[in-house]
Amino acid sequence: MEKRDESSVKLVGFWVSPFVHRVRWALKLKGVEYEYIEEDIFNKSPLLSELNPLYKKVPVLVHDGKPLSDSSIILEYVDQKWRSNPLFPDDPYQRAQAHLWARFADEKVLESAWLALCSEGKTQERAVKQAIENLEHVEEKLKGKRFFGGDIIGHVDLMMGFISYMLPVWEEVGGVKILDPHKFPAIAAWTNNFLNHEAIKAEYLPPTAETSTYFQWRRKELIPVYASYGQ
Amino acid sequence: MADELILLDVHVSMFGMRVRVALAEKGIEYEYREENLANKSPLLLEMNPVHKKIPVLIHNGKPISESLIIVQYIDEVWKDKFPLLPSDPYQRAQARFWADFVDKKIFDAGRRIWTRKGEEQEAAKKEFIDALKLLEGELGEKAYFGGDKFGFVDVALITFYSWFDTYETCGNFSVEEHCPKLVAWAKRCMEKESVSKSLADPKMVYEAVLMLKKKFGIE
Repeated sequence: MEKRDESSVKLVGFWVSPFVHRVRWALKLKGVEYEYIEEDIFNKSPLLSELNPLYKKVPVLVHDGKPLSDSSIILEYVDQKWRSNPLFPDDPYQRAQAHLWARFADEKVLESAWLALCSEGKTQERAVKQAIENLEHVEEKLKGKRFFGGDIIGHVDLMMGFISYMLPVWEEVGGVKILDPHKFPAIAAWTNNFLNHEAIKAEYLPPTAETSTYFQWRRKELIPVYASYGQ
Repeated sequence: MADELILLDVHVSMFGMRVRVALAEKGIEYEYREENLANKSPLLLEMNPVHKKIPVLIHNGKPISESLIIVQYIDEVWKDKFPLLPSDPYQRAQARFWADFVDKKIFDAGRRIWTRKGEEQEAAKKEFIDALKLLEGELGEKAYFGGDKFGFVDVALITFYSWFDTYETCGNFSVEEHCPKLVAWAKRCMEKESVSKSLADPKMVYEAVLMLKKKFGIE
């Protein structure tokens, strides 16, 4: 386990944010000890404004006093600073593909699933359709592989990780079906591999009941906000 | 084995221009192919089946899409010539952060300046200028965002300079009036051949936008 540069690592997060969970798993995979600081994102602290003045969002990683935000950027940084269990491939082309799929995870998969959670009626129907189409691409990418990069867990797995434990909660709360294991056998198998990975299991997954309650509340609050989306 | 490079692009795209600038900086030869977005080529559909967007760089038959990802790829493959990204992981992360900021804030607000009117346009103008001011702050007293040398964030932002005339005309405002340091930076970048030869002529951009406005019935 590498302890080089672990002098001061802090992670500011919110318990249920999948963006934060990614960073926790990455740090665990690298064997990096860190101090976790819980932030109430509905009542933001001066600390967060100081560390991430532009967006005031979590996660923020602070390493030796220097802050970094954006989960994808943090993950790349962590991979470069702590070299055990590499998350990115060495080959530049494979790395570019990893970046592309990481973007796809947030800009398409998560985005459409989130909209399906926070809407109803026609807006929700459209979001579900979009989410299923996005998952078809993911299914194709995963075929014949244990993880997105092959045999070993990597950057794209961490970025897509929310599919394994968060998406089922969103489906239940939103009253929709997106990830049918019969339609998506590769994703179902990957979910199993992912959730049973020692680092993921050991590090952190939010408690299901509380997660469900939280998103029920978010859905209620956000339905009027997203009512006109996607039109 | 000689590298085969094909760039699928649209002349006035600020995203495509980023790739052109990066390739020019590194002195890399490539074949440029202009796409008609109303009639996408079979090659584009094959090389970017998920998003069907330009730019796409095809390197020895293998496609890479998303302009910033392409620029990072170019920087990693041709790493010995004129590096664009810093080697220090923290500086690198900061460069990626600011390049992403350009994507999130500048493009969207800019688009709304030429597609909307009235209050919506005014709001877009404010967002656009506020974002440019933040970038100006980040630039500070440096010659480039990359420091002494032209770098990743410079590539990410400079291509929008070819669109400034269009934004200014459609929105009836002057970027230089609000952000003189940023315009000075842009002019400094334009002194580089890799930039001046890669950016579309602002007049061509404006004409393309007028055609789009007509086509989509935007006033």
